[in-house]
Amino acid sequence: MAESFLSLKQVSKHYVGVTALDKVDFEIYQGEIHCLVGENGSGKSTMIKIISGTEEADIGSWIEIEGKSVHSHKAIDAINRGIQVIYQDLSLFPNLTVAENIAIGQYVANHQKIINWKELHQIAKKAMARINVSLPLDALVSEVSIADQQLVAICRALTHDVKLIIMDEPTSSLTKREVDSLLNVAIDMKTKGIATMFVSHKLNEVLQIADRVSVVRDGRLVGVYPSTELNDEKLTVLMTGKKVEYSRYVARENKNKPILECIGLSRQGEYKDISFKLHAGEILGITGLLGSGRTELALSLFGIHQPDKGQIKFYGQEVVIKSIQDAMELGIAYVPEDRISEGLVNIQSVGDNIIITTIDSLVNRFRLLDKNKIRNSIQKWVKDLSIRIPSAESPVQTLSGGNQQRVVLAKWIATSPKVLILDGPTIGIDVAAKFAIHEIIRDLAQKGLAIIMISEEIPEVFNNCNRILVMHKGMVVREFDTDLTSQDEIGNYVNGTY
Amino acid sequence: MKKLLNRHETYVFIAVVVFSIIITIINPNFFTLENLFDLLKSYSLMGTFAIGMLFVLISGGIDISFTAIATVAGYTIAVLLLNVGDHLNIYMVFLIAGSIGIALGFLNAVIIHVFRIPSIITTIATLNIFYGLLTVITKGKWLYGFPTWFGDFATTRVFTLYSAHGNPYGLSIITVIWIGLVFISWFLLRFTILGRSLYAMGGNVNSAKRAGFNIFGNTAFVYSYMGLMAGIGSVIQALLVQTVAPNSLVGKEMDVIAAVVLGGASLTGGTGSVIGTILGVTLIAIMGNGLTLMHVPALWYKVVIGLVILISVGVSAYRRKMSAHKRVIIEND
Repeated sequence: MAESFLSLKQVSKHYVGVTALDKVDFEIYQGEIHCLVGENGSGKSTMIKIISGTEEADIGSWIEIEGKSVHSHKAIDAINRGIQVIYQDLSLFPNLTVAENIAIGQYVANHQKIINWKELHQIAKKAMARINVSLPLDALVSEVSIADQQLVAICRALTHDVKLIIMDEPTSSLTKREVDSLLNVAIDMKTKGIATMFVSHKLNEVLQIADRVSVVRDGRLVGVYPSTELNDEKLTVLMTGKKVEYSRYVARENKNKPILECIGLSRQGEYKDISFKLHAGEILGITGLLGSGRTELALSLFGIHQPDKGQIKFYGQEVVIKSIQDAMELGIAYVPEDRISEGLVNIQSVGDNIIITTIDSLVNRFRLLDKNKIRNSIQKWVKDLSIRIPSAESPVQTLSGGNQQRVVLAKWIATSPKVLILDGPTIGIDVAAKFAIHEIIRDLAQKGLAIIMISEEIPEVFNNCNRILVMHKGMVVREFDTDLTSQDEIGNYVNGTY
Repeated sequence: MKKLLNRHETYVFIAVVVFSIIITIINPNFFTLENLFDLLKSYSLMGTFAIGMLFVLISGGIDISFTAIATVAGYTIAVLLLNVGDHLNIYMVFLIAGSIGIALGFLNAVIIHVFRIPSIITTIATLNIFYGLLTVITKGKWLYGFPTWFGDFATTRVFTLYSAHGNPYGLSIITVIWIGLVFISWFLLRFTILGRSLYAMGGNVNSAKRAGFNIFGNTAFVYSYMGLMAGIGSVIQALLVQTVAPNSLVGKEMDVIAAVVLGGASLTGGTGSVIGTILGVTLIAIMGNGLTLMHVPALWYKVVIGLVILISVGVSAYRRKMSAHKRVIIEND
């Protein structure tokens, strides 16, 4: 058996009135790849904070590092003991070069005053060599891809004498291929005796390489399992504590005319020759890798970028959608992938966010805002989509990911659209909330809305859609009837390996 | 080569060259050593202020109050020169003005850091307080008639040449002081952890905190450095015009900020360079000087400067937009 690097014994953490962690035992071996999984609010963030020293555990808790119990474990102690955390936002400097981002921490840690650029490049190169990657040292960090930025953050951690790297939600903004190369880096670090702890709720990828998985729920450790004993379904049960049915959506029989039809739609450098029909009551899936043109196509349907060629027909009539206003007037609604920056006004209240799209109609006969109409409208949507909030006055940024997504949905459904385009509807949302969102979407389709669901998660489109378009390098490479295919077959087309 | 084309500074440099050629064609007097040395001397003031402003902008802040700081420092040394001028020398004058500048700049930093008030609000307030108090105390009186050694220093030249008409000209000691400041600032920004941490802080202040940078230390440094430049600038102004008037500098803040932004610094922080700042000041200088030499009425000066700033910043923003677009296409391939 491998030697223990870090172990938490009976670690608890109470905030005022809340038990974040309750007597958790947790252990990581040297050079182990360990996953820590749990829903939002399960206590996994608190565990990271205690391990990284940014929060102190309650009295009675016990932390051992390399077999010795430690008395004080503050942030600087954690770093000196070889623990590095890579936060979800990566904490990089976008305006500095890759080399500087990797090496500058070491200069600061050593209290050096003057930079020797040659030496700085050497430090960066050495860190990159440790995990066999090669990045453009003189490029600005803002100019490299998210995946490369993540490697920069890992390299920066490696300039310290590191024994454990904790990665918080590392895969959420990466494509499949980028995730694979990240996993290779973790395997590589393992051979050098560096342990990696993945903290995530998106697991299937990480499970392939992990040695063990610890599951937390409601501040308690549910258990530690060898990753070979787990699969997606089992994990979901462990995380949520209940069995969730992964049922398939069956659309109503559809003989009516299509609501939306695209014929040979193209836009230079983004997508090419896209044709499809969309009926009422149907959920059409569009999947593909990041950059496959899936989001760009949606933006064109919503009037943000015009296509160069091709026709869009709405109820059989040819239309030109030049602006978002045009799209909204036709009855097309779009819920963007990045709901934080594009879909919501974060500091404003839930109520204000819901009514923002329909505010023109919530007026009295003097054309002034009608307080009663506004309140009724907000109440209706909060209830219909079961948004869990203390009050409609709460700012959106205080809500969980699942509830935020409900607010965005409410905001657009309130416009009573005919066509609803959902781009990555459950990105960053934990498993239980994900099913709830899917339920809402199916329900909307049952009521006659035509829905386009864009997602890179194949199980999501497979289980919720009737038909799936697979996009690759800007083209639709295959259209699937979900009754006549498998997830693996779709996956091959997504990756262009058919 | 490709790297040069990606830099904002290259385009400002091209603009400087193009304008120089046009002005020279219209009036050959522009492209003479005599005019060059004269320009270098008279724009040392703006250049000094601009260097200080560059540091503040890189760190992600802004300072509107530096003209008021310079006025306070300038008025103090003027009073001292008039009363105890014979016991002073030029080093003491710079030391006193610089210390006043540092003290007032540090005060800005403390207010910004401790009360978390946005730097623009803080410095608009302190501009009014510093300048207001000064005019109340001095009643706006102009000061002149400084000791002869002070006037002599102002006309000191490192070397002297004579024009065809027999007029002496050459590299002024004031220009040399400015060039010295430029070198020190360039070294600070390029080769010290302090300088790099200003860029880091301007790029992402939260990451800078996590990386262990001393945020208050950096804030205190940039505003004190701006104050120091304001103090030195006040002495340069007094040397150049041999008069200190309370109202001669306040109101010129935006010209300095514009010159630095023209040179590639961003109001959102994290970018900018000493060479770019020099080019920005140079462009403003030759535009002003060139319009005079081309016999364009002085009233047009502001319009032209405005257009130059708009075009320069516009071109730079457009290039960023295009390169972002290009990236999307590459990722598609």
